[in-house]
Amino acid sequence: MELTGTEIIIEGLKQEKVKAIFGIPGAAILPFYDTLGKVGQLPFKNILTRHEQGAVHAADGYARATGEVGVCVVTSGPGATNLVTGLANAYLDSVPLVAFTGQVPTDMVGNDAFQEVDIIGITLPITKNNYVARKTENLASIIKEAFYIARSGRPGPVLVDLPKDVQLDRCSFKYPEKVNRKGYQPSYRGNIRQIKIAATKIREAKKPVIIAGGGIISANASGELKKVALKTNIPVVTTFMGIGSFPVNHPLSLGMLGMYGNYVANQVVSEADLIIALGTRFDDRITRNLKHFCPYAEIIHIDIDPAEIGKNVLVKVPLVGDVKIILQQLINYLEEKDNESWLAEITSIKERYLKYTAQKEDPRQEKLKPKYIIDCLNDFFKGEAIVVTDVGQHQMWTANHFQFIHPRSFISSGGLGTMGFGLPAAIGAKIGCPEKAVICISGDGSLQMNIQELATAIYNRLPIIVILMNNGYLGMVRQLQELFCEGRYISTSLSGNPDFVKVTEGYGGVGFRVEKKEDFYPILKRAFQMNRFVLLDCHIPEDEKNFPMVQPGSSLNNMIGVDQL
Amino acid sequence: MKHTIAILVEDQPGVMSRVAGLFTRRGFNIDSIAVGPSEAPGISRMTIIVNGDHKVLEQVTKQLNKLIDVICVRDIPVENILERELVLVKVHTESLSVRAEIIQLVEIFKAKVVYVERNTLTIEMSGDEEKVSGFLKLLAPFGVKEVVRTGRIAIARSNK
Repeated sequence: MELTGTEIIIEGLKQEKVKAIFGIPGAAILPFYDTLGKVGQLPFKNILTRHEQGAVHAADGYARATGEVGVCVVTSGPGATNLVTGLANAYLDSVPLVAFTGQVPTDMVGNDAFQEVDIIGITLPITKNNYVARKTENLASIIKEAFYIARSGRPGPVLVDLPKDVQLDRCSFKYPEKVNRKGYQPSYRGNIRQIKIAATKIREAKKPVIIAGGGIISANASGELKKVALKTNIPVVTTFMGIGSFPVNHPLSLGMLGMYGNYVANQVVSEADLIIALGTRFDDRITRNLKHFCPYAEIIHIDIDPAEIGKNVLVKVPLVGDVKIILQQLINYLEEKDNESWLAEITSIKERYLKYTAQKEDPRQEKLKPKYIIDCLNDFFKGEAIVVTDVGQHQMWTANHFQFIHPRSFISSGGLGTMGFGLPAAIGAKIGCPEKAVICISGDGSLQMNIQELATAIYNRLPIIVILMNNGYLGMVRQLQELFCEGRYISTSLSGNPDFVKVTEGYGGVGFRVEKKEDFYPILKRAFQMNRFVLLDCHIPEDEKNFPMVQPGSSLNNMIGVDQL
Repeated sequence: MKHTIAILVEDQPGVMSRVAGLFTRRGFNIDSIAVGPSEAPGISRMTIIVNGDHKVLEQVTKQLNKLIDVICVRDIPVENILERELVLVKVHTESLSVRAEIIQLVEIFKAKVVYVERNTLTIEMSGDEEKVSGFLKLLAPFGVKEVVRTGRIAIARSNK
């Protein structure tokens, strides 16, 4: 049977079990959308966002929440270039996406035609791979390969460029069963000899620590991580991307590592004699000054991407493969261990720190503060929600204080730090997981970078709760200006902010202004019961900071905003 | 230190810019790059000369391997390398005696005159880097008008 190019794409999406696509039509992608119109009952949800950046972030949020490949479809030229930030975001956080872009007809390519742009060239460094479908005959195998490459190995975004004539032409259709690329054969199983060496190191270590990264979540390996940690009594710190991979309320959990990390996590990693790094790339936000990073430790590094091994830190035992499979292999060689004196040392650091923070907190203080907001969210949700954040201070407060107990419950832009990610990603997460509560924690700076997606969320009746931490500033930058630029607050005041409650109402949603501490919890409760889109415009003091933190160039255990304990 | 990397790639559109772009992006410097079909249909071979220490080489190799179109990457060890470069050079010949002198050099270096004009000779020569550079150095005083070099290609000896 002969199909048109666009029918082949839709068949491909069906075969890949795509349940939602996000996008915006335009001239060069019109044939695709027209075919959607002809199909009648669509095999997947088709979500119209209000900006292409919203579409790609929504697909990203969908992918992170569900573990499936996120899909977005946009037109050529500006439609395609509007994907750039979102693709880079997904690339740095290893999120599986397939982006389809319309393109001018093949006979016009290269002529600077209307809305023509070389999106393949532009996205070369920010995609795992990208394709131009030059002939309709190639479409089926390109789509098969795009999805396979996006989700296998180290996941990442893939872009497929679709010239208009290729969408319209017809050819016979057969969906390939397998992908066979000589240059792409990810290895999944770990080398047994290396696994045995790792097991010996773990047995001999006196002060071992596990650093759990985003790879644990991509590989769905939280169960294996827990088994390994419990069997050997090794404490677990997570990277920012690894949040949710190990329950924060577990006694072995030490919280997040890094620049804005947990004081205890940073101290413990700096004291350790063995680091077991799982699916992490030793980004500068977690190592800070590389020269002083875990000076006493040998490193076992397990990662699916061989290029990450030895890139930033010297590794004693490299293990390339799928972290889930390797942990399953490794656990057979591990012996039970109590690590008594090490855990006692950690407990004493923990206790000193808890005592210190308790002293600092003033229960009489009446202002609505970020920590209090997150404490309320913890009381209310008990970790049973997907929390999507934007980028800035609110993101770090959330990362540090929210009680994350499930993998895929924390969705945030890590590597690229993309303001404007939160709201569209929350839309994607809610569409992917309608049965779960979805909270979007944002800031007044971030929210305005994709505020148009309020329309997408409200029109599609998505009961998302937006917690807007409104301090009238680009707070994170303000904090840096206060600490490192002698308080010269240049270009960080957001005077001119709209009334966010009215904006939300203007789009047809519900908004509450929250100024008093005692109002927050009741309003949160009410918002949740409404089961519709609600924004809580929370006015917080502008001088609240992300503390403690590690200054640039400093070592991990040398944090400011905390007394030496 | 200079390394010679041999890369087999699938002959897909854009593969050159993928490989070359990776070098720029990761801050690695390419000394030369040469591409052509290999013994297998649909597969091309690239020879890239890159400057850097062991760590740079390791990252280059790993990052190249991540490209889907790249089938294999091999660093050819110096002790095992056979390398050649082809050069075309147009040199000024102001008099008959100069011309004779140049032709003598051509013979010594086992090069070849491929085109003769009233005031110029165009010479083809191939060899390893040392030989090519040596030849060009000797021609320089005569007035070299144009030099075209292919960049090095290399192959490893099968048995050491």
